[in-house]
Amino acid sequence: MLLRRVTLAAAALSASLSLFLSPDFASAADSGKLRVVASFSILGDLTARVGGDDITLHVLVGPGSDAHVYRPTPGDAAAIADADVIVLNGLGFEGFLDRLPESADFSGKTVIASDGVTARTADGEHGSHGIHGGHPEGHDHTGHEDHDAHDHDAHDHDAHDHRGMDPHAWQDLSNAKIYVSNIARALSDADPANIEDYKARAAALIAEIDALETRTRAAIAAIPEERRIIITNHDAFGYFEDAYGVTFLSASGISTDAEPDPKAIAALIDVIREEGVTALFLENLSDNRLITQISEETGVAIGGTLYSDALSGPEGPATSYLAMFAHNVDALVTAMRGATN
Amino acid sequence: MSLYDLLIAPFADYAFMQRALVGNIALSASAASIGVFLVIRRMSLMGDAMAHAILPGAAAGYLIAGFSLFAMTLGGLLAGLLVAISSGLVARATPLREDASLASFYLISLSIGVLIVSLEGSNVDLLHLLFGSVLAINQDALVLMASVASVTLVVLALVLRPLVAECLDPGFLRHAGGSGRFVHFAFLCLVVLNFVAGFHALGTLMAVGMMVLAPSAARFWSESLGAQIALSVLFAVTSSIIGLVISWHAAVPSGPAITLTLGIIYAISVLGGPFGGILTGLIRRPHLQS
Repeated sequence: MLLRRVTLAAAALSASLSLFLSPDFASAADSGKLRVVASFSILGDLTARVGGDDITLHVLVGPGSDAHVYRPTPGDAAAIADADVIVLNGLGFEGFLDRLPESADFSGKTVIASDGVTARTADGEHGSHGIHGGHPEGHDHTGHEDHDAHDHDAHDHDAHDHRGMDPHAWQDLSNAKIYVSNIARALSDADPANIEDYKARAAALIAEIDALETRTRAAIAAIPEERRIIITNHDAFGYFEDAYGVTFLSASGISTDAEPDPKAIAALIDVIREEGVTALFLENLSDNRLITQISEETGVAIGGTLYSDALSGPEGPATSYLAMFAHNVDALVTAMRGATN
Repeated sequence: MSLYDLLIAPFADYAFMQRALVGNIALSASAASIGVFLVIRRMSLMGDAMAHAILPGAAAGYLIAGFSLFAMTLGGLLAGLLVAISSGLVARATPLREDASLASFYLISLSIGVLIVSLEGSNVDLLHLLFGSVLAINQDALVLMASVASVTLVVLALVLRPLVAECLDPGFLRHAGGSGRFVHFAFLCLVVLNFVAGFHALGTLMAVGMMVLAPSAARFWSESLGAQIALSVLFAVTSSIIGLVISWHAAVPSGPAITLTLGIIYAISVLGGPFGGILTGLIRRPHLQS
């Protein structure tokens, strides 16, 4: 009896707290807009483009922040509790969200943006050329399962089903189009009144992605095939590699946490010397000392910073998904071309 | 496999392996000797406390200078010194023991750090970025470690005698006069300096391992403090070389390989060390049998 009263009191308290703590949604309840939560900055940008003025959006892991170390605030929990739709990447990316929707009593609809994407495994089964001697790296992506991406249920977003999957599917523009379609469908289902708006904005965004894809393919086609080698510090570009025929090599694993072994670093240095690789890149959100070290050892200059897991802040070069992708392509192409002079 | 392939080849071709070796030897010389006193003072767990205590300094450095490892390390050093000296002051002025006051101050410091990081609104793991790894030692980190090692050894030589008295009987110098306080704080500064430099260059596992495992193993082999220091440094240097060679040939990360080698030396010492080793105790029958 007492327990029940306490539970009720706690529920009342959290309800009032959630009103208080969720500034994004405070006015949304009145205006009747669809309330949407996106898990990280890249999904947030795509969702904002599709949703436009018809939604209010709360992004959990903002620009320049690492989803691997995200810790939810009460405001995040409140935003999830009040949300109509949550947009997740899936493929095991949102390990940090495992229990939050449940503990926040989320009752809306979850959309997995990567649903329908052909998934890669983290150890590069789909043609990656990583130099890791085949051992799994990265504590939160270890383990290897043969997992068919096509037969998983859209509502089953249990991260344990995705161990060993590479979550960075947005690094392939054609996957981004699938993301946009999934988001548009979910928003339309939840808010049929504005279905035409969502459709129109999604179509416009997909047209922009198509244009960037044409440009990307043309730019990379201009680089001789043997020059298309890139060195970075963590394996976030497997999808890019498969889609556009550029080889990415990295010493550390797919997580930002793994420690490299000396043989792997030596092998990278050998490749750089033998193949005359000229494209050495840092990534945002990573410890760049290893790449700096390799740069010093081989005398190859660092070509800049790639954005993989998060957009940059407003002053950076990657303020939106399209800007991020275009920035990465420009930087990569410039660095690879440097080899010829 | 010839001896050359086994021992020399890993270091012959790549500068990063050479820097790893030199950096480790430098840290072995200073951290492993400082560690002997740390273990005597029953403060072996200070390293893990320090690894967290430096967060607010690192965060402040990040806020002021952005992703500057120099600013973050300097901030971390200042925060670490503040925590160590505050806890030393409390331990000297009150009945609270040094371990308890250190734990209190590091928790306060850590929570300030977490708050600063979240106020900034950025979820970047600063400590993860700040902590280096054995294979990513650059020229700056090497200079930092060599300087820290030199300063440590010189200061240690200067304060050795009163430090020994202080460690074995903390009450003695406290009553005897002011020099005890000076020696105590000089020692704390050296400890923090070694930890922060170790974190920056090698990561937490390595820095703490050098400072705790090597001296703990050494105490099983001699009762003389001088011999313990020498053995501690010897164990640390040997483990560095063996660990790097193993990590090269077996293609495993170097930090854990070196620390695990130290761990094996520790295990052998615990079992077979002539002073207090388990097996030695079994062989020598107890003096008093009733």
